[in-house]
Amino acid sequence: MTSHLALTLAQSGSQWIDFNVGLLAERFWANTVDGLAYGSIYALVALGYTLVYGVLRLINFAHSEVFVVGAFGAYFTFVGLGYKPGPTLASGLGPLIANLVLAGAVAMIAAGLIALLLERVAYRPLRRRNAPRLVFLITAIGASFAIQQGFYLWRGANPEPAIRLVRPEAVFDIAGTRITNIQIVVFVASVVLLIVADRFVGQTRLGRGIRAVAQDPDTAALMGVNKERVIMLTFVIGGALAGAAALFYVMMIPQGVLYNGGFLLGIKAFTAAVLGGIGNLRGALLGGLLLGVVENYGQTLFGGEWRDVVAFVLLIGILMVRPTGILGESLGRARV
Amino acid sequence: MSAEVTTRTQASEGTRQPFGQRVRDWWNSRSRLEQWLMIIPVVVLVYLLPVMNFFPLSTEPWTDYELALFNAARLGLIALGLNVVLGQAGLLDLGYVGFFAVGAYVAAIMTSRDSFLTDPRYSWVVVVPVAIAITMVSGVVIGTPTLRLRGDYLAIVTLGFGEMVRLLADNLEPLRGNRGFQDVGGPPGTYANGSPIFTQGDGKPWYWLTVTFIIVILLLIGNLERSRVGRAWVAIREDEDVAEIMGVPTFRFKVWAFVIGAGIGGLSGVLYAGQVGFVNNQRFDVVTSILFVAAVVLGGSGNKLGVLLGALVISYLPDRFQLAPEYRFLIFGIALIVLMIFRPQGLLGARQRLLARGRQAYQRLVGKPEPVATESALIDSGKGTNA
Amino acid sequence: MYRARFVRVLALTAALSLGVAACAQNTSQKPGDETKTSGTGSAPSIKADPAPEVPANAALPAGDGKAKCGKVSIAYIGTIAGASAALGLNILNGVKLAVKEHNDANPGCQVTLKQFDSEGSPDKAPGVVTQAISDPTILGVVGLAFSGESKAVGKSFNDAGLVTISPSATNPGLSTNGWKTFFRALGNDAVQGPAISAFVANELNAKKVCVVRDDSEYGIGLADQTSQALGSKVVCDEQVKTAQKEFSAVVGAVQAASPDAVFYAGYYPEAAPFVQQLRDAGYEGAVVAPDGVRDDEFVKNAGEAAEGVYLSCPCLPSSGFTKFSQDYKALSNREPSTYSPEGYDATTILLQGIDKGLKDRASLLNFVKTYEGQGLTKQFKWDGKGELTQTPVWIYEVKDGKIVQLKDMSKS
Repeated sequence: MTSHLALTLAQSGSQWIDFNVGLLAERFWANTVDGLAYGSIYALVALGYTLVYGVLRLINFAHSEVFVVGAFGAYFTFVGLGYKPGPTLASGLGPLIANLVLAGAVAMIAAGLIALLLERVAYRPLRRRNAPRLVFLITAIGASFAIQQGFYLWRGANPEPAIRLVRPEAVFDIAGTRITNIQIVVFVASVVLLIVADRFVGQTRLGRGIRAVAQDPDTAALMGVNKERVIMLTFVIGGALAGAAALFYVMMIPQGVLYNGGFLLGIKAFTAAVLGGIGNLRGALLGGLLLGVVENYGQTLFGGEWRDVVAFVLLIGILMVRPTGILGESLGRARV
Repeated sequence: MSAEVTTRTQASEGTRQPFGQRVRDWWNSRSRLEQWLMIIPVVVLVYLLPVMNFFPLSTEPWTDYELALFNAARLGLIALGLNVVLGQAGLLDLGYVGFFAVGAYVAAIMTSRDSFLTDPRYSWVVVVPVAIAITMVSGVVIGTPTLRLRGDYLAIVTLGFGEMVRLLADNLEPLRGNRGFQDVGGPPGTYANGSPIFTQGDGKPWYWLTVTFIIVILLLIGNLERSRVGRAWVAIREDEDVAEIMGVPTFRFKVWAFVIGAGIGGLSGVLYAGQVGFVNNQRFDVVTSILFVAAVVLGGSGNKLGVLLGALVISYLPDRFQLAPEYRFLIFGIALIVLMIFRPQGLLGARQRLLARGRQAYQRLVGKPEPVATESALIDSGKGTNA
Repeated sequence: MYRARFVRVLALTAALSLGVAACAQNTSQKPGDETKTSGTGSAPSIKADPAPEVPANAALPAGDGKAKCGKVSIAYIGTIAGASAALGLNILNGVKLAVKEHNDANPGCQVTLKQFDSEGSPDKAPGVVTQAISDPTILGVVGLAFSGESKAVGKSFNDAGLVTISPSATNPGLSTNGWKTFFRALGNDAVQGPAISAFVANELNAKKVCVVRDDSEYGIGLADQTSQALGSKVVCDEQVKTAQKEFSAVVGAVQAASPDAVFYAGYYPEAAPFVQQLRDAGYEGAVVAPDGVRDDEFVKNAGEAAEGVYLSCPCLPSSGFTKFSQDYKALSNREPSTYSPEGYDATTILLQGIDKGLKDRASLLNFVKTYEGQGLTKQFKWDGKGELTQTPVWIYEVKDGKIVQLKDMSKS
C-alpha cells in the first residue's frame, strides 16, 4: 500500500470513501484476469437477454431464474455422479472432463427447457392478446417469483453444500499474477460458445430467421419464416447459454447454488447487455467483459463494497455518451 | 351499487357495451354533486376498515390486521406516486424505491438518536416537508441525466440509480448500512393518558393518516392531470417525438413528472420509517421496486383508482391468505401471470380526462358524457419502433 | 431437418468448449495436486482442553414433575427459514427439546411453544414481535437470535414488559439501552473480542492480522472489539456484504498485506466461500472466525478450506453433555451445535418460573431478573443490565471435517 488517499468530509469527521491506488497498481493484471473470467459469464447470460430483446423487444426478467435452473441442473448432475460435499476428490482427467461435459449438457438442456416453458406459459398467451409491453414485464416478474419460490420451498434458504470437481491451480504465474485453470476454462469456453452463437445467428438459415423476425416480424412471416418457431428457438438458445454460464459459475463459486443465486448476476448481465447495445450479440460479449473487468478494478480501488456502484456508474456514464450502448442495437441489422 | 348500475345502463342503451365501459359512462353522466354524495360513504367505509376486524377481512392470526391495512395503504400511496411517472408520463422507472429510501433515510437522520446530526430531535411536522423537498431535489438530480434516455434504456438506468441509493446507504459509514437507525420518530400527539398515539404496534392511526394523505394527493394529482401539465404528460406518453414537434417542452415535463412522483415516494418513505421505527438498508432492493411497478401495472397504469386497487392486491392479499405461508410468494407469482394474461390492461384500464371543464363542454356540444379511454395507456405504438 | 442440424451445432459447441477446457486442465493438474492447503502450517500446535461435563447441580427443564400451570406458552422468535437459518434451528431445536422434556415430566403443566420467524432481518422482526406481544398467553421469549433484529425490537418488548432471553445476540450495545426485559444467555462481544485477540496473539503468535467484517451489527461490533484489543497488529481491515459470494477484491487485499492470521467477523454463509477463495488464492496463514461461523454448514460449504480454521464462541462444547446430545439428536436428527445448549438453558429458566406458578409477564420478568442457578453451560446470574456475571469463551478448531474444542479462553 504505497499511496493511501482518503477523502474525508469535514462535517461528519468520518471517512466516507477510501481510494487505494497502490493496491490497484499492484494487482492490475490479477484483476484483469479475474474480471475477464466473471465478465465472460456475464456475457453468456447477457446473450440470453439480448436475443430475446432483439426478437421480442422484451426484457426477460425471468432469465436469471433460467440461470438458477441451470445451476441446479449442474449441481444435481454432480450429486448423481457420486460427488460429495467437502474435500475435492482427486479423479482422472478423462472422467473429470466427461463428467463436466455431462453436467454442462444437463445444465444447458434444463435451462433451455425452462426458458421454452416460460415462453409458452407466460409470454405466448400475452402475444396472442397483443398485450402492452409493460405487461410482459409483470408476467416475467411473476414467473421469476414463482420459479424462485419453487426452489426455495424445495431446497430451503441455505445454499447447497458446495461440491467442487476442480480445484483452482495456477497454470501460469506471470510476474505474480496467477492465472488458474478454472479461469482459463471459463474464459475460453465462454468465448467459444459466444462465437458459435454469433456464427449461428449470422450464417445459418435459422439464424437468418431470427434476424428477419427481429427486423420486421410481419414481413418475415410473409416470407415464410415461422415466427413462433423462431421465438422458441431464441428462448432455447438463450436458456442453453445461461445453463452453460451456470456450470462455469458453479465451477468458480461452488457455494453459489441457491434459490435466489441468479438475481444479482441477472441484473449484472442485463446491465452488460445494455452496455454493449441491447439486441446486439457482439455488444453482449463486449459489454460483459468490460463490465467484469471494470468492476474488478473498481472494487480494488474503492473496496469490495463499491463493486456494484462501479458497475452502475459505468453503465450510466456510457449511456450518457452513447444512448444505445457501445455498439448500438442491431440484431436485425447484423450482417456477416 | 353495481347491481343498480347494470340495470340502469342496460335499460338506457340498446347495444351491449363492456361492463366497465357502462359503469364509466353512467358515472360520468352524474353531476359533480351526485358524484361527491356517492364518494362520501365510500370514503367513510375506507376509514372504518381498521375497526372491521372480523372474518372475511381480518388477516389475523397471521399478521396484525391494522398493520396489514397500513402497509396496503402505504403501498397505495407509493403506487399513486409511481403512477404519475409511469402511468401519466409513460416513463418506465424501475428505481422508484430509491425515492422511497431517500424519504425514509431523511426521516431517520432527522429523528433517530443513531443519527450523525448533533441533535436529531426534529418534530415530525418539520420532517415531512424537509423529506419531501429533499426527495424532490434527488428527483431532479437523478432525472436530469437519465430522462434524455428512452424506453428500456431509461428502465435500466433508473434501476441502476435505485440500486445506487441502496448501496450508498450500505457503504457510507454515516448511513449505518445494515445496522440502521433505531427509534425513528413518528407524528406527535398523545392520548389523554399521555401515551403516544403513533406507536410501532398500533396500525390504526397510521392507516388513517395514510388514507388522509392519499385523499389529499388524489385531489391534487387529479387537478394537475386536467391541467396543461397533465395534457403534456399524456402527449409525451403517447408519442414523445410528436409532442416535441407540437411545442411541448418534453424534457421539462418529464422532469416534473419525475419530481412529483419522487416527492410522493419520499412521503411514503417517511410514513414507513415512522411506523417501523427502524431504517436500514434491507428494504430498498430491486425486488421491492419491481413490486411497486407491479402494483401500478396490475391495477391499471394511468388509472388512479386502479393503482390503489393494484396496491391492495399486491400488499393485502398475501397477508390475508397465509393459509400456507411458505407458499404465498409462489402463489403470488403465479397469480401475477394469470391476472396479466386475462387482464392485460390491468384491473381498471387507464382513463384520462384532458379538459378542466370537459364535463360541461361535452354535454353541451355532443350531448354525451365525456369519453374516456378504456384501453391501457401503454399499448406499444408499433413493433420495432421503440426508441 | 434444420432442427436436427441445430441440435448438432449445439452439441458440437458444448463438446468443443469443454474440449478446450480439458486442454487447459491438462496443463494445470501437475503443479499442486498433492499440496494440502491446510491453514495450520505456520501456527504452533495447541494442546486441546477437555470438554466440560454437565455440572451436577444443573437445572433441567423436567423439574420435579409436580408443576401445575394454566394455559401458558413461551415463544421462540428468530430466524427459522430466513438468513443463516441453521443457526436459528440450532437454538429452536434446543428450545423444543427443553419444552418437550418439561411437558413429558409435568403432566399438570403443558407449556405451548410458539415459533415466530423473524427471518433474521431487522425489518421483518417488528411485525412478528407485535404479533407475539399481542398474544396474552406468551409469558416469556427465547430470542431474538441476532443482534441487529434485537436492536430493532428491544424497545417494543420493554414497553410490553415481556421478558426475552437471547441465546445468541452478542452485540455489547444491546444491554445499554435501558431495556428492562433484555437478558442474554452468553457473553457479549466485549468478552469475545479480547478472547479472540488473546488467542491470536498468544497462542497463534501472529504479528500481523487482517480483520474482515461483514455489514451486520454483529460483524461490525465484533470486528471493532477485536481490532481494539489487537491494536497495532491489525494491518488490514476489509468489508464484505451479506449474501456476497465473490471475494476476489478482499482476498487480493489480504494477500497484499500478507498477514499471519485473518479474523473474519460475520456469519457462515459468507464465511464459507470467503475462506475457500482465500485458500485457493494461496493464503496459508491461520483463519479465525467467531460464533456466527461455528456451524457444521460452514464445514460442509467450505470443503477442504475449512480444515484448520479456528472458531471462537462464548458457548460451551456440547460433546461433554452426553444425554443432552443424545436427546437432541433423537428429536431433531442433527447433532447439537452452536447455541443449542444455550437455547436449552434459556428455555429451562423460563420454564422454571412457570413451574413456580407464575401467571403473568411481570412476575416472570421479575423471576428472571433475580434468577440465580447453574445451567448446562454456565452459572446464570444477571447484572442490572441483563449481562451475565460469568461468561466463558471457548476456541474450537475444524479437524477432519468436525468442530472440536481446543481451548477455554476464560482460563488463560
